[in-house]
Order: sequence, then C-alpha cells, then structure tokens
Amino acid sequence: MTHAAQPSHPTPAADAQAFAPALPLATRLRMTIRLFAIQASWNYEVLMGSGIAFCVEPALRLLPGGVEGEAYRAALARQSQYFNAHPYLASIAVGALARAELEQQPPARIERFRTALCGPLGSVGDRLVWVGLLPTASWFALVLFGLGVGPLGCVVAFLLLYNVAHVTLRLWGLERGWRAGLAVAQSLAHPVLREGPTRLARLGTFLSGVAVPLVIARLVGDALVPSAIAVAVAAGGAGMLVLFHGRVEGWRIALVVAVGALAFLLVRHA
Amino acid sequence: MIVELGVLAMLGAVCGLDVVSFPQAALSRPLIAATLAGALLGDATAGLVTGAVLELFASETLPFGASRYPEWGSSSVVAGGAAAVGAAAGTLPLALCVAVPIGLGLAAFGGWTMVKLREWNARLAAARLENLARGHARTVMGLQVAGATADMLRGGAIALVGATIALPLARWFAPQPEPWAAWVVPVLAGLGGAVAGGASWKMYHSTPRTQPWGAAGLAIGIALVVLLARR
Repeated sequence: MTHAAQPSHPTPAADAQAFAPALPLATRLRMTIRLFAIQASWNYEVLMGSGIAFCVEPALRLLPGGVEGEAYRAALARQSQYFNAHPYLASIAVGALARAELEQQPPARIERFRTALCGPLGSVGDRLVWVGLLPTASWFALVLFGLGVGPLGCVVAFLLLYNVAHVTLRLWGLERGWRAGLAVAQSLAHPVLREGPTRLARLGTFLSGVAVPLVIARLVGDALVPSAIAVAVAAGGAGMLVLFHGRVEGWRIALVVAVGALAFLLVRHA
Repeated sequence: MIVELGVLAMLGAVCGLDVVSFPQAALSRPLIAATLAGALLGDATAGLVTGAVLELFASETLPFGASRYPEWGSSSVVAGGAAAVGAAAGTLPLALCVAVPIGLGLAAFGGWTMVKLREWNARLAAARLENLARGHARTVMGLQVAGATADMLRGGAIALVGATIALPLARWFAPQPEPWAAWVVPVLAGLGGAVAGGASWKMYHSTPRTQPWGAAGLAIGIALVVLLARR
C-alpha cells in the first residue's frame, strides 16, 4: 500500500484550522441570525460595511474589556468601513474577520485582508448564486408548473431547493471563515465555488430549454391558432433579443406592450 | 376590500423586505409572491399562473449588488391578488390582462424606490460616519434597523397603493365581454417565452459548452409538450 506524500510542514491554512478556537454557541447563533440581515442598510456610502460590522459584533464582545473596551470599539470601527461582496458568501468574510479580530491581528493587516476579500467573494457569489442557483431553482419550478403541478407543489419545491442551498452556503461560509481566519483565501478554491458556477450554468441552460415550451403549453392549452401565435411571438422575440443583446431589455418591451394593450382595452370599455 | 388590501399590504411588506434586506430567501420571486397572494385572496391557481408569467419576465433581471433592477416582490403580490379577484369576478385571461401589466409597471416603480431607499440609507450613514469611526455599536444597530424598517414600509406601501388600483380594476374589467380575450394569454405567454429565451442565452452563452445542453433541454421540452397533448 502506498501513501500520499505528507508535507513536512503544515500549510498556514491547515495550521489555522487545526488551532481554531471554539466560538461560544450563543455568539455563533447571534452571528448566524444576523447574516440573514447583512444587507438591511445597504447603501451607496459604505455598501455592505455596516452590515459586516452588525454580523461580526457578537464576536467582538469577547475582546478584552468587553463592549466598553477600546479593542471592541476599534474593531467595530474597522468593520464598519466600506465593504462589498455577495450577501451569502459574505459569511466567509464575517467568520474570517471575527477570528482575525479576536486573535488581535495588526489592524493594517486586517484592513488589507478585508479589502482583498471584496472582489473574489463578489464575483464568485454572483456567478454561483445569481447566475447559477437562483435561475436554476426558478427554471425547475417552471418545469413543474408546465407539467401541471399545483400551487403548493411549485412553491414548496422552489423554496426548498433554493433555501437548502442558500442556508447551507451561509452556514458553511461562516464556519469556513472562522476556521481558516486570515488563511481563508484557500477556501475560494473549494470545488463547489470553483466548479459550481459552470455546472449550474449547464443545468440552468438545460432546464430553461425544457421549461419555456412547457410553460407556454400550459398557459395557452391545446388549441392550434393560439399555440402558433405564442410560439411565433416567443421564437421571434427571443431571436430579436439575442440579436440586440445588451442593447434592449425584453421585460421593458413587454411592459410597454402590455400597458399599451391594457390601455387600448380599457378605452374600448370606458 | 379593506381586509384584502390589508392582507396584500402585509404580504407586500414581507416580500419587499425579502428582496435585499431580510432574509433573501426568494419569497420575493414572482412565482412565490403571486401564488401566496392568490392563495390569500381565494384562488391560488390564478396567482400561480400570474406568477409563472411574471417569472418568465423576471428571469432576465438578476439582482446583482449595486445594479438597478425591478423589484418583483411587492409587485407580484399585487398582480397575484388582482388575478385572483378578477378570475372570481370574470375570466382568468381578462384578469391577467390587468394583473400582468400592473405587475410589470409596479416592478419598474419598485426598482426605482429601491434606489431612493439606498440613497436615503447612504445619507443616514454619511451623517453618522463619525460615530461609526468611533466604533459606536448603537449606530451600527440603528442603521440596520432603520434600513430594514424603511424597506418593509416601502414594500407595504407599494402593495397597498398598487392593490387599491388593481383590485377594483380587475373586478370591473374581467367580466366584460371582450372579443380580444382569446389573444391575451397567447400574447403574454409568447412575450414571456421570448424574454425567458433571450435571458437564458444572455446568462449562459459565455459559459463553455452550454449550447448542447440548451438544445437537449429544448428538444425534451417540445417532446414533453407533444406527449402531454396526446394524453
């Protein structure tokens, strides 16, 4: 039997995880609950900055001197500065920053680390969740709708599929960030974050192909002429949107057409 | 009517809050928000159908952080509610004729109100930067609570005002004799399909080797439609 070669010296990430101190359960629970409101005060001044401070704050109470101490105030001030990332993956930053603050790492190092996290957590999160998970869950629910599933089935399937992944991502991120601390960058190479967006994009493309004809069929029914109208509008419209990619938004055109049609019909009946 | 408006305003507040502030659990997606509104007003299926149409349109707009996008939560609540009361008073196609344009219009308006809310949050934060720099915990809490409360009120107000217009309109229009009624659903479904098809291409075309997956999905979708039609 052969064994994989072991590194003679542990990596900084392995070192950090091996010696991760325990976070009290009540503190962890407070941080977890607050993660769901991380964007409550999202704004054009500090973006998610005060949200990060809000989520890290329960851990900062453990600093020497408690809430009245200078260390607590300095750390909270640091964490209230400008920050932006995907809201779900920001949990990685929350865990890592809490650990760094409790280890009382040099302020300049924490601030550099904080700035460095914004870009990767934003771009990976956007591709994984907003382009991957959310549309995939939506197409899946639309496939169910097209197959004739009722209101309860569609709603429960969508919410379960989306939120099992969503909540898992937040919890995993907090744990991963806390365990790795300042060495958390290696977590961004996790297979889910590296391969997930591509795999979800392929699944989403497949499900969108299944969903669109099924939804149109359920809405319109079996009648030939209405079906032909719907298919012609869908195919022609989709072709135009692809052709004018980036220059027009389909939902805005639909808004103008739908409001115009409603106004026309209301005037006829007024 | 007052009870209906109250119910939709509360659901609109919850769904409006869900978009960004809390808990971002996709309750604000049209398929969910419109179905819940329809169910609360007595016709979950009418809400689901409206939600499915709006979900096709919503597939084009992704909620990237600082970008501007329509707010589908409170708008879909109004649309789902209007479809439910319209379908009860007349026919679902004519109820959709009112619900979908109002839903789309309110989504655009809701997106604008989100930008205004973010500007208001920014002014609030800018006025308290000194306190934030001093590590003042109550300032951090205050900003979060004020932002979430304002967002909830924003969603509730949109749903209340929207429903005040949409519900009576749907009740009046849905029972009218209308020769164009047969065109409403095919055109809405076609527009939704067009936007969803364009959105799918927009989202996925830059990822390598997605085209065969899309073609396979479309083939299976069409085959399922044919099979279901023969049953």
